[in-house]
Amino acid sequence: MSVRRLAKEQPSSFEFSKETMEKAQWWIKKYPESRRQSAVIPILWLVQKQEGWVSEPSLRAIGDLLGMAYIRVLEVATFYTMFQLTPVGKTALIQVCGTTQCMLRGSNDLMRVCREKIGPKDELSADGRFTWQEVECIGACSNAPVAQINDLYYEDLTPENMAQIIDDFAAGKTPKAGSYVGRHTSEPVGGARVLTDPALYDGSAAQKITKLPNSEPVAEKAPA
Amino acid sequence: MVGILQDKDRIFTNLYGFHDWGLEGAKKRGAWNATKDMLDLGGDWIINNVKNSGLRGRGGAGFSTGLKWSFMPKEVKDRPHYLVINADESEPATCKDREIMRHDPHLLIEGALIASFAMKAHACYIYLRGEYILERERMEAAVKQAYEAKLIGDDNVHGWDFHVYIHHGAGAYICGEETALLESLEGKKGQPRLKPPFPAGAGLYGCPTTVNNVESIAVVGTILRRGADWFASFGRPNNTGTKLMSLSGHVNTPCVVEEAMSIPLRQLIEDHGGGVRGGWENLKAIIPGGASCPVITREQAEVALMDFDSMREHRSSLGTAGVTVMDQSTDIVKAIARISYFFKHESCGQCTPCREGTGWMWRVLERMAIGDADPSEIDLLLDVAGQVEGHTICALGDAAAWPVQGLIRHFRHEIEERIHTYRSRRANFAGHAIAAE
Repeated sequence: MSVRRLAKEQPSSFEFSKETMEKAQWWIKKYPESRRQSAVIPILWLVQKQEGWVSEPSLRAIGDLLGMAYIRVLEVATFYTMFQLTPVGKTALIQVCGTTQCMLRGSNDLMRVCREKIGPKDELSADGRFTWQEVECIGACSNAPVAQINDLYYEDLTPENMAQIIDDFAAGKTPKAGSYVGRHTSEPVGGARVLTDPALYDGSAAQKITKLPNSEPVAEKAPA
Repeated sequence: MVGILQDKDRIFTNLYGFHDWGLEGAKKRGAWNATKDMLDLGGDWIINNVKNSGLRGRGGAGFSTGLKWSFMPKEVKDRPHYLVINADESEPATCKDREIMRHDPHLLIEGALIASFAMKAHACYIYLRGEYILERERMEAAVKQAYEAKLIGDDNVHGWDFHVYIHHGAGAYICGEETALLESLEGKKGQPRLKPPFPAGAGLYGCPTTVNNVESIAVVGTILRRGADWFASFGRPNNTGTKLMSLSGHVNTPCVVEEAMSIPLRQLIEDHGGGVRGGWENLKAIIPGGASCPVITREQAEVALMDFDSMREHRSSLGTAGVTVMDQSTDIVKAIARISYFFKHESCGQCTPCREGTGWMWRVLERMAIGDADPSEIDLLLDVAGQVEGHTICALGDAAAWPVQGLIRHFRHEIEERIHTYRSRRANFAGHAIAAE
């Protein structure tokens, strides 16, 4: 378990922006009318997108919107670790995966770069623009080591890449996401060794199937 | 040719995203072909063929998918049926469902329709992990395409009213456990439920529900198109089909690849992973199926096959077929300690053995990694792991215990050596203080 508490300093109020409210209503419609609570995680996420973090007044507003007791919203916000309970860097929130698969491929070095360039883990940088965190497996292990920066995955990183990415963000640029060893996605470095047969892509798979396999009529069961 | 599986027998033909993920591209590669004919043959036909294909759940547990579907009530009574797709891919070393969702989303949507029809569900929720933001946007876009083409929705061309809703979590590994996922989908903390009742009796919103992994659902359309026998022709009996496998760690070319089940582990690593870094002799250990599976040694990896039964014979597990390779440079104790930290971090805190045990195991392992422990603590650690295993509501307790047990089973000598080295160094450092005790 991770122990998570709301920030000591809280704003006095929270307002949904028009855009956030529209999206929130779109989410609510996905669930049966009596189950509005189902939208709590997506709406907390929208609020975090709007504010950068989730504050106590925003939890109360979400509770009112969904007809939930405040304590239930608090429970959810403190349980799920993607919700930032204190303000984080507005330029870049860097989340380096530290789990074994990334560790084996050098995530500790990425974190060293973050520490040197940004400061201690989980704290706002001195200029208030950056925060870096160590997170658990983010599910891109064949592209390790990986960092999620703001919303996107930066993959196959070296310490040099990481330093450059931080510098670019600091300079107001948005470095490209994806692999940093020239891979398209998760094919082997140097090019895919499979899926090279052109017949897969010539449309022959879309030809009409006249009879599905095993589709002969099955003998009807005798009436009981 | 690399590997065993030929290109013509691959289900995920856009695995790497070199082609159009959209509806047009997907159709050209065979998706949505004859789907209506499958539904016309009836739910029993679908379930029987999925059973006959030998498809076992691709989320780790390996339970027969067709059999699971048959547990749903035969008729819809007062409560609607639901299909929930588990896309909370969070098991360390596993990164296969991500490729399906961002590159072949229509296979998943098609499979969802077929499975839902077979189980008489009109609604399906796909629960993605919160971090998969691009994948979520891709899925939303693909669902929108399917609605616009009237492939799903009310009055669609398939004659079965059907809705797909994309949902997401927010960074909790435990929500990959099916009942925790349902709790989360209901807008609560992701804490697993006691079973029974099983989801097929009372799942989402108290209604009959089946929870399936992304890959289990996404392969169904192709299995029915090409025949259960075709799918069953790959792999050994009881371990049939093709499977997405992911390679990570110390291989030369980590990648995700679709292979035939029962491919020798060594061949998988050498053909697709480009071999172990520094050569096969440089291999130290392998975690074959995601972080919760016990490690196996090089000798075992030499002969192990990538299937459920072979991995069980080696006292490990196929899991999700996310293979982590560790070469001789690996500090194996530290590597497992980091896995223990993962489980400590992800324990939901509901059951005491897991909440306390995961943290305890991690702290002891961190000390063992530097040698600052007593040799008797190895057996104590094993004892505690045994007390966590099997004494919790869900399998996270087991998942936390297995890597520790695997470590001690195969690398006990390393821990002992490390303790010995640490102590001898301390003795020198502290003069005769320890020796005199």
